[in-house]
Amino acid sequence: MVLPRQSSTRSTFGSLLLIAVVIGAGAAAFAYTAGWLSPQRLTPNKLIDAFAPPGGEPLGHRRNHAKGICFTGTFEANGAGSELSSAQVFSHGQYPALGRFNLGTADPNALDATVRVRGMGLRIVTPDGQEWRTAMIDPPIFPVSTPQAFYELLLASASKVPDAMQTFAAAHPEIAAFGAWAKSAPWTGSYAEDRYNGLNSFVFTNGSGAETTVRWSLLPSVQPVPVAPDDLAKRGPNFLEQEIVQRIRGGPLRWTMVVTVANPGDPSADPSKAWPEDRRTVEIGALVVQQIQDESNGPCRDINFDPTVLAAGMRTSDDPFPAARSSAYAKSYDRRTAEAKYYPRTGADAKP
Amino acid sequence: MMRQRFNPLQRLLHWIMAVSILSMLFIGVGMVSTVMPKYLALVAIHKPLGIAILVLALVRVAVRLRYGTPPLPADLPEPMKLAAQLSHYALYALMIAMPLIGWGMLSAAAYPVVLFGSVHLPAILPQSDGLHTLLWNAHFYLAFVFFALILLHAAAGLFHALVRRDGVFDTMAPWSTPDRIAPAE
Repeated sequence: MVLPRQSSTRSTFGSLLLIAVVIGAGAAAFAYTAGWLSPQRLTPNKLIDAFAPPGGEPLGHRRNHAKGICFTGTFEANGAGSELSSAQVFSHGQYPALGRFNLGTADPNALDATVRVRGMGLRIVTPDGQEWRTAMIDPPIFPVSTPQAFYELLLASASKVPDAMQTFAAAHPEIAAFGAWAKSAPWTGSYAEDRYNGLNSFVFTNGSGAETTVRWSLLPSVQPVPVAPDDLAKRGPNFLEQEIVQRIRGGPLRWTMVVTVANPGDPSADPSKAWPEDRRTVEIGALVVQQIQDESNGPCRDINFDPTVLAAGMRTSDDPFPAARSSAYAKSYDRRTAEAKYYPRTGADAKP
Repeated sequence: MMRQRFNPLQRLLHWIMAVSILSMLFIGVGMVSTVMPKYLALVAIHKPLGIAILVLALVRVAVRLRYGTPPLPADLPEPMKLAAQLSHYALYALMIAMPLIGWGMLSAAAYPVVLFGSVHLPAILPQSDGLHTLLWNAHFYLAFVFFALILLHAAAGLFHALVRRDGVFDTMAPWSTPDRIAPAE
């Protein structure tokens, strides 16, 4: 190649500059995608950080619903759900279930009587290799409409700014319904007496391809007995775990699984809005809890009850929460599995 | 007589994989930094695309063993030759290791490995918090190493094409270069 020397130098410089620009643009695009240039982006890390109680993160534990106890049992499908979804879990049969009763707190040592929200994580596996995981809570509606609002709620509840919660409630009036439930709903003395609601909506597809938007709940077979929180406090810091261990000795515990089908136009994207009472419900079977196991060594310990693990025939809807929960649960899981040394496995009966 | 260019199958694999792997890395850093509904869509692409890259990488290694590579220019300084060889080995290793690490990480966490619809892959490791953490860290940090290596690889390719103009880029260029006629073999 014969070129005047000066032109060649200039062209080499131009080429190097071009290469630098191309590589720099690639790196910048990567940084943007990773969120490094967008400090406002709500990331799973930020959401999980916002759960941390004043005493710091509960190392080795779930970042929310940190206190709980494992169970194993069976899901007895009666076959009625097959009308809604082609998933094997709805066809008549018995499928192994694994779950966890828990308290909606980031403190694994919280006193049971101080935690308003109780929950259940559940995993059902079918012989075709499919899985259905869900994490439900006992309030009938979720406090807020969007994951962003939920993040702001976490910040407001941890805030030392006076009136932070009032300011939040003014901006998110939907929280009033949850507030009313928290204030007036009766407390019970047992996980066995509580109803667990999925709250998020999902889409079921049946064998002929017809789709329905649904929510689900587990209804207890044990009649709830209201107990005042002050009286619950006298039962000790871990009375719920002790009570369920005691109660299971008297035989398995049952919940009826009910699927509620939305009408067109029902608020499927907003778990803070209940659907009208007259919506069609289908009883699809029963969860039978047969054994209770201590969490530290139990089979639920290292299971992430990610609500987007669904069998074929079920999928997420326009509800934005399952995606947010999935991303945040994964982050919580990544952190706690890396901290296992802070939550040692102990002898099977080490916990009182 | 050595060939002057990678053969068409090798070039096709290279460019399909270039697009796939870059997409994969962007999807990866994007999905772990959002809680929006696109998180689920990105994860749903990340898993099958990763397995596709694993399969393509294995095919590619076989093709490479069968057909070899064109020689580097004789006047290329030895350190650059060494850097070229080592970075290519590292890229092959990552193409194969990253999908396996991801698959193993999901297995160790007892997550179902969903390819699409009802098609799942089996677990390749037992459930283990320790393994999950090890593999998670490997997947996370190696992703940045992978991206850095790709930037380096692209910079080197452009350097050959624009500055050295030594024909190295043409050996893998997706288009044909009629002015560079390979000598008869």
